[in-house]
Amino acid sequence: MKRVEDPRLLKGNATYVDDLQLAGVVHAEFVRSPHANANIRSINTDAAKKLPGVIGVFTGADINEKAGTIPCASPLPGGKSPVHTVLAGARVYFVGHPVAVVVAKTRAICRDALELIEVDYEALPAVIDPEKALENDSPFAHPELGTNVAFTWSLAGGDLDAAFKEADQVLKLRILHHRLTPMSIEPRGCAASWHSGESSLTLWTSTQIPHLLRTLLPGMIGIPENKLRVVAPEVGGGFGSKLNLYSEEAVVSHLAMRLNRPIKWIEGRRENAAATIHGRDQIGDHEIAVKKDGSVLAIRAKIIADIGSYLQLLTPAIPTLTGLMIGGCYKLKAVKVDVTGVHTNKMSVDAYRGAGRPEATYIIERLMDYVADELGLDPIEVRLKNMPAASEFPFTTITGLQYDSGNYQAALQKAQELAQWPRLLKERDNARAEGRLFGIGVSTYVEICALGPSKIMAAGGWEWGCVRIEISGKVTVITGTTPHGQGQETSFAQIAADRLGIPIEDIVVLRGDTATAHFGRDTYGSRATALGGTAIAMSIDKIIEKTKTLAAALLNSTPGEIEFADGKFFVRGNEENEIGWGQLASEAYVAKNLPPGFEPGLEASSFFEPPNCTFPFGTHIVAVEVDRETGQVKVLKYTAVDDCGKQVNPLLIEGQVQGGIAQSLGAVLMERTVYDENGQLLTGEFMDYAIPRALDIPEYALGSTETPSPSNLLGVKGVGEAGTIGATPAIGNAVIDALSPLGIHHVDLPLTPERIWRAIQEKGGAL
Amino acid sequence: MNISVKIRVNGVLYEAEVEPRLLLAYFLRETCGLTGTHVGCETSVCGACTVLVDGQAVKSCTMFAVQADGAEVTTVEGLTSNGEMHPVQEGFWECHGLQCGYCTPGMMLTAVQLLERNGSPSRDEIRHALDGNLCRCTGYTHIIDAVEYAAKKGAA
Repeated sequence: MKRVEDPRLLKGNATYVDDLQLAGVVHAEFVRSPHANANIRSINTDAAKKLPGVIGVFTGADINEKAGTIPCASPLPGGKSPVHTVLAGARVYFVGHPVAVVVAKTRAICRDALELIEVDYEALPAVIDPEKALENDSPFAHPELGTNVAFTWSLAGGDLDAAFKEADQVLKLRILHHRLTPMSIEPRGCAASWHSGESSLTLWTSTQIPHLLRTLLPGMIGIPENKLRVVAPEVGGGFGSKLNLYSEEAVVSHLAMRLNRPIKWIEGRRENAAATIHGRDQIGDHEIAVKKDGSVLAIRAKIIADIGSYLQLLTPAIPTLTGLMIGGCYKLKAVKVDVTGVHTNKMSVDAYRGAGRPEATYIIERLMDYVADELGLDPIEVRLKNMPAASEFPFTTITGLQYDSGNYQAALQKAQELAQWPRLLKERDNARAEGRLFGIGVSTYVEICALGPSKIMAAGGWEWGCVRIEISGKVTVITGTTPHGQGQETSFAQIAADRLGIPIEDIVVLRGDTATAHFGRDTYGSRATALGGTAIAMSIDKIIEKTKTLAAALLNSTPGEIEFADGKFFVRGNEENEIGWGQLASEAYVAKNLPPGFEPGLEASSFFEPPNCTFPFGTHIVAVEVDRETGQVKVLKYTAVDDCGKQVNPLLIEGQVQGGIAQSLGAVLMERTVYDENGQLLTGEFMDYAIPRALDIPEYALGSTETPSPSNLLGVKGVGEAGTIGATPAIGNAVIDALSPLGIHHVDLPLTPERIWRAIQEKGGAL
Repeated sequence: MNISVKIRVNGVLYEAEVEPRLLLAYFLRETCGLTGTHVGCETSVCGACTVLVDGQAVKSCTMFAVQADGAEVTTVEGLTSNGEMHPVQEGFWECHGLQCGYCTPGMMLTAVQLLERNGSPSRDEIRHALDGNLCRCTGYTHIIDAVEYAAKKGAA
């Protein structure tokens, strides 16, 4: 099934934010801090204001009291974090911190004006290393807090002491999850237009969350919710980085109202690297209690999360997801996780594809290999030994999560078959016999998706959908999710076409506009199809039920006698005499022959409140070769079997898996966000921050198993992050396996040639 | 201090007075109103802005409009002829070679140049040719499939 959204994207007539043509639009650009931590002594905007074409220059003093503060939707009890004004006040806290904004007739004039603004900074020592930040003599990232600890959070399940006592061995492993930059190819950007006659505002923004913005922004900029329309037009990639309310959105909205002019701001790549959220950045010390036979009893983890300067929308939630999923797909007797969120003078960390789960999976899957390595056991056997059987689902973890459905062994077995496991082992033996560094890595992962029940979400975890059979019989589907590349204009049309029994060509899916999608909780956490798709299916079922009454009246029967199949309504046993949607829709809206009490129209909407999250799983098997001389890793063969529940569109699923794997391949082998000791961002653009290119990508052998989720009527689990979650440990484990003949048992990510080369040298070199 | 330029884009002649610093990408987007050419980095790394200038794939964010004076430029809007998709466009559609679509115009124009030079490239040759175009969504495999598809359809 080819995507219905593709023609406009392929022909160049899709509309991303920067493609909007707004009459009279003016532009905004931001002055940003070159320092990680500094007092602002003064800002001189006089020369900039005099530049022809400049409409205004605004600093924090001009704006902050009127544009609200940036919200965090997931603060933890007892946490201490600074007030997050939209522009810096008396102090800047990270490189890229917005200090002032210029509004001018053209982007070029804006940039000229930026050059004329003088900011006098008093540079202060920056807090960069999150562990040093916890020492008594550390300076503070935010002095007014009197601490660098933003929050602490703990999770415990089972009898930890008993489990550690029972252990034959306790292994320790410290794991660093380095900081990553999401780098969607379209940077962020927004445009706002004030409609003074109606006193209403439209904000177009490159976001994953127009509905959450409509919930959060009105209170900040001082307009009622029902006077704000938020539109996510075509969005050029997000990966979590556009799951936020950013300063620029509030500033542009406020200034559009204040100046009564449409204003557009488009983020540059350097701004994107510095001032759009980063991902990961955790340090974990882990202890794992094991029996000699490879039974894993318990895990104790102390995690330090470097969250950067401010809490963005979901910042505290990310390391808690790591804690929740740290047990992976194994039966443990006890788990204890202690997380400390630390403020540093860097950009904030928030949800980046996988959001806490790649960290969890990397921890548990590295540990499983480490256990096998230390105990001299087969890593696959260790995994199998500790997995719940298919018959044990729903499986409740020791920390209380209920894994909805699963058959982890089946996915592992299928992946082994696809990877031609015995042959792969032989290849490794042969390579090693020749002195080559050949490694095989496995990861068996489980993740948490379709977030989620409202009880665990800050602002509702339901999803909304609406279906309308138009008077012509064409169908309009409206979703509260906000696809930005996932292809749900196609997969939701497929769901509707199947359920309504009409051709997909007759269906249009609308999304990303709060004026048409009245409700929504948007797209993140691999939730859109499981939740949004279900809301659509529920709406269709309501329409079918209602239409049976109308069909009964037209067929001189009773609703109980009416059957529906393949888009036709008929009296049971009399399939010849059928009525289709076209005729029924016409009757429903023209409304001359309606049965008593039948409300005109054929439209239904639904809020789907899921009873539980979903838990996709799978196995990834990777073969790599490491060049002894250079440390360069070559991925030779990549096999993945992913189970995302029922599949709506296998081609789209394959695309999600491949894209996710590629992002992890980048994270494991090349990507790393680097701040120097002064807090200068050294990876400020694509010249310094390497993301994978076509040449870096291996050929794949991809497969799937299909274990339906009991948590929604479609049986769907979600697949947006699976690749990223499964791939990180699989590739990492493969590289370590390749290096193991040299006596190397762990190297921290990213496994760049330099790191590997150094690890090899430490073990006596390449000879 | 504006400079007069004449640039033929997708067969249509555009004459304009432009600032010397105006990048070709913005000339196409703002002066010609052809917003299919996207800007992703302004440092000629990502390739989203790739267009053909006199048949050569060029990153239009690092070329001034004045440098293209007198040139023939092809953008994504010029790939379709008489409503028919170019085989490269067809390939991207058939093989799910795009997700968010932002890198796609540049990716396709690079592929067009490759196929003009080499009508039946191997998968490795396709990888090499696309090395200057970044995609963050697809992981490239379906893009490589798409270019192979186009080659088989006789894109050149």
